[in-house]
This record gives sequence, structure tokens and C-alpha cells, in this order.
Amino acid sequence: MKIRKNSYEKAFDIVNYTILSILGIICLYPIINVFAISFSSYPAYVRHPLMIFPREIELTSYERIFTNPLLISSYKNTVFVTIVGTLNSLLLTVMTAYPLAKSKVRGSRGIMLYIIFTMFFNGGIIPTYMVVKTLNLLDTLWALILPTAMSTYNFIIVRNFLETIPDSIEESAKIDGAGHIRILFELVIPLSKPVLATIALFYAVANWNRFFESYMYITQRSKWTLTLLLREIVSDNADIMNVTDPTAADTVFPKTMQCATIVATTLPILFSYPFLQRYFIKGIMLGAVKG
Amino acid sequence: MSSVAVKNVKSSGLKKQKGVLEHIMLNKSLYILLVPGLIYYLIFYYFPMYGVTMAFKDFDMFSGLFSSEWVGLLHFKNLFTSETFFKVFRNSILISIYKLFFNFPVPIVLAILLNEVKNIYFKKSIQTIVYLPYFLSWVVIAGIVINLLSPSTGVVNTLLKSMGHEPINFLANKSYFRSIIVLSDLWRTMGWNTVIYLAALTGVDPELYESARIDGAGRFHQITRITLPCIRSTIIVLLLLKVGNIMNNGFEQIFMLYNPMVYEVGDVFETYVYRLGLVEARYDFSTAVGLFKSVIAFIMLVGANTLARKFGERGIF
Repeated sequence: MKIRKNSYEKAFDIVNYTILSILGIICLYPIINVFAISFSSYPAYVRHPLMIFPREIELTSYERIFTNPLLISSYKNTVFVTIVGTLNSLLLTVMTAYPLAKSKVRGSRGIMLYIIFTMFFNGGIIPTYMVVKTLNLLDTLWALILPTAMSTYNFIIVRNFLETIPDSIEESAKIDGAGHIRILFELVIPLSKPVLATIALFYAVANWNRFFESYMYITQRSKWTLTLLLREIVSDNADIMNVTDPTAADTVFPKTMQCATIVATTLPILFSYPFLQRYFIKGIMLGAVKG
Repeated sequence: MSSVAVKNVKSSGLKKQKGVLEHIMLNKSLYILLVPGLIYYLIFYYFPMYGVTMAFKDFDMFSGLFSSEWVGLLHFKNLFTSETFFKVFRNSILISIYKLFFNFPVPIVLAILLNEVKNIYFKKSIQTIVYLPYFLSWVVIAGIVINLLSPSTGVVNTLLKSMGHEPINFLANKSYFRSIIVLSDLWRTMGWNTVIYLAALTGVDPELYESARIDGAGRFHQITRITLPCIRSTIIVLLLLKVGNIMNNGFEQIFMLYNPMVYEVGDVFETYVYRLGLVEARYDFSTAVGLFKSVIAFIMLVGANTLARKFGERGIF
């Protein structure tokens, strides 16, 4: 009896580990493949398109993309939008969440409804575009920062966290004569570091990967962000349209260069992945606490 | 004693009435902190809501929204007699339903399997690997998908060719397009959702499993009696969130992967409104399409939220 059970358990483990390993490979292989191709020579790529390790290692693809002025300006724009956008979003979110946590202001319920209603109903793509156009934000990087400055979801996470800060802490500061602004910046914000780090990363990843707004609001190439550049290079539909002579597309932007561009634009995210990992899981927990 | 109580009620009522102004004066800084956020929502959410009136007007760029002529339901009449509209409606819902049906259960199974892994290093590495794709933008994923499915050099077609098949141009083929959308969505999101379930499972007392094992419960029983009940409420909330969002397919994924050859099966509200409005500059008509979508989405979300509360959950929001 006992032996049978053990062998059943063993079989379960073997099947389980196999399934999970296969899923791991499915998730990782395409990324490794792109990575390997980006460091390989073009002829090596043509011979071994499915490679896992780079072949005939060379950096020509990277040399070519990093001497491309459009890539450099797009990189700068993306970094600007990510840094300024994230700081702006953080500040705005905390400033709005603090007075509404624990209903410090009159009419908190009404204001919450005013904010949360936007999660249920929105004006849609075209009316939003019209607002951005009316504000003269088209073709400026502010069009990528202001319309998406605050995420209601992140706002709720922060507000829920602020509700958990014990009253006594704020009370004692008040007795010491500190005003609301001082309490917020010197007491509440330092106490909220974990939740702020989490939403900062949420905002930063969203800003870095932002495409829809860039595509709608930006037309001047000098204002392009990386996602726009990447789209032009990567989703070269020529390959889809042309079955008989697929290399035709490759002559414009060889695959090795496409892959190098993908790597160069994704690297910052991959580098910060260990941090992302730690805080994102925390963020999920914080989000779950509210439920 | 009772008169004291009455007096208290009276005075607090009075206090509240004249207190609002006083409260604002005394706590000016609190209200000032709120102002930028409120203005943000006003400009970028409530102005566009007013902008939907464009759907009932004959919008003229030069006279602006205010002075454009009202046309009543004209755009909606055109909409409901348009064949493309129904195709778009069908595609939007079908793609969402496919995603729901095929992709929703996968993370639950994955979380259960990972939860059964005892080797902590193996568990951590798999967990880390499977949700890596979530951080890639759709542009990058589209690049990878196009690469994988390339008729000349893609993995899939290389395999097909080695088995003696003709290469297939997947992204230009109507019968494969929706599957590609569903699968690439699965690839990107399964790890992320798995982590959400695993986070719910970290709260489970390990002693529960211990005592179940002592009672002679096998793996299967432990899963159905302990693991599943523990993530039940997370499953319900995520499911309702998905159902509530059935009208939203997301612009980026479809836009990156589709092409005119598969519009018939792949065009959804987001891409259709974008092309109508910003490419063809039919602002009023495309706003009507967008409004139709928003109204249905609103009904679905409110419905899902009410259901969540009925299930005894706290609701999505």
C-alpha cells in the first residue's frame, strides 16, 4: 500500500516537473533566440535561424543601430518620458490619495465616486484625442505624460495602503504642531516606501512600453519613442506579404539588426527585472489586501 | 440625560452645515493637495465624456464641437446598417470569449502545479521565467511572433518544412489569425496571472497540508480540498473582471499583428475606431462607434461588479 502510494507520488512529481519545464522553455526560448541572433553575423543567422547560442559572434548590428540618430533621439525621448512621467505620476497619485484616505476631507465619498466612475465609463479614443489636440499637446512629449498621468488602479492601491497607517502616528505629529503637508512629506511618504516603489515600477514599465498614445499623438520623427521606432523596424509587413521571396524584407532591415533593436530597447526592463520581480509581487499582495 | 443627547445631535447637525467652509479654511492644505488630481480627471476623463456629444453631431473641424450641427441618431442609424460594424462587434466579442475560455484556466492549473513543487529553487526559477514575458511591450512580442511564424525562417515553418509540408503564411491567413492572438496573449499573461494566484496561496497555513497528509489525503484531495478553496475568491474576482472587460481587446496586440488580409476576422472596436477616426478623419461617426462600445462595456462592468458582490466578494472596485 505504502509503496504504491509512493510510486504514485513519484509519477506525479515527474509529470509535474516535466510540464513546468516545458512551459519554462516555451516562455524563455523566443527571448533567448532573439538575444542570440542579435550577436550573430547575418550569414550565421541564415544558416541557423533557431539558434540558442550566438554564432560567429559580432557586434556589427549594435554598431549600426547605435550610430543611427533616430535610435538615439528615440532613446532620449523614452528616457525623458519614463523619468518625468513616473515622478509626475507618483506625486499626483500620493497627493490625491492622502486627503481621501480615512476621509480626511469633506465629501470624500463623492470625490471617490468621481474618480472611480472613470474606470467604468470613458469617452473613448476620438474625444480624448480631441482634448489632447485642443490643449496643443500633439507632437509634444507631454502628450505621453499628462493624459496618462494617473492610473485609477494605482490610486486605489495607494489609498488602501494609507488607510492602514495607524491614526496615532499622524495624531502625535499634529500635536507637535506639524501641518498636513509636513506630515505627508516627512512622515507618511517615508512610511509608504514599499507601496510607492511598487507603483513607481508599475508606472515606469507602462511609460517605457507605451505605444498607443505615442502612435496617436506623435508624428514628428524627432519626437518618436522607442516603441514607434521598433514598430517600424520589426513589424515590417513585407515579410508577411511576400512569401515567395522572404529575403526581400531582410535587405531593408536584416533580422540580426531587428533583434539587436529589440534587445537594446528591452534591456533596461530586463536589467531591472530582479527589482521589478520583488516589488511586483509585493504590489499584488497589497492589491489583494484591499479585497 | 436624553435632553443632553438631543442637544448633541442638534449641535452636531448644525456644526456639519456651517462646518464645511470652516473645515476647508482650517485644513486648506488638504484641499489644495486634491486640486491637481481633480483637474486631471476633469480634463482627461470628463471632458472626453462631454466630447461624446460629437456622436450626435455633424462634426466640422472649423466650427468646432459647440457650433457643429446636431444630427440626432443619424450616425447610429448608419452604424446599425453597416456590415463592417457587425463584423467588428462579432470579432471583439469572439476574441475575448476565446481568450476567456482557453486562457483563463491555464494560470489556475499552473499555480496548482507550482504549489506542488517542493524544490524551492525549481519553483522560483519557473515562476520567474513564466512571467518575464509580461514585461515586454506588444511591439517586442509582435516582433518575436512575426519571427517565429515567418514563412521563410520561422521555427514553426522550419518544422513544417522538415516534415514535408508547404510553409504557411500564418499571419495572413484568416483561419489562423484568432488562434495567434489567443496564444500570444496566453504567452504574455499566463505567468503574471499565475503569480496572482500564488500570492493568494502564500497565505495558506502549511499545517493544513500536513494534517491532511496525516489523515491520508492524496495529492488530488489536497488540491481539491485545500488549494482550490483557498484561491476561490481570487478566481471569482479575476473571472468577473475578465467578463466585465469583454468589450476591450486592447489596441496594441491586434494592431501590431493584423494586416488588411485578416481584417475580416481580426478587426476589433479599438482598431476600427482608430482607423475610422484618425486615418479617415470621420470623427463623428467613429465617436458613435466608440460610444456604443463604451455603453456596452459599462453595462458589462456594472453587471460583473454586482455579481461579485452577490457572490459575497467585495466587488472589483
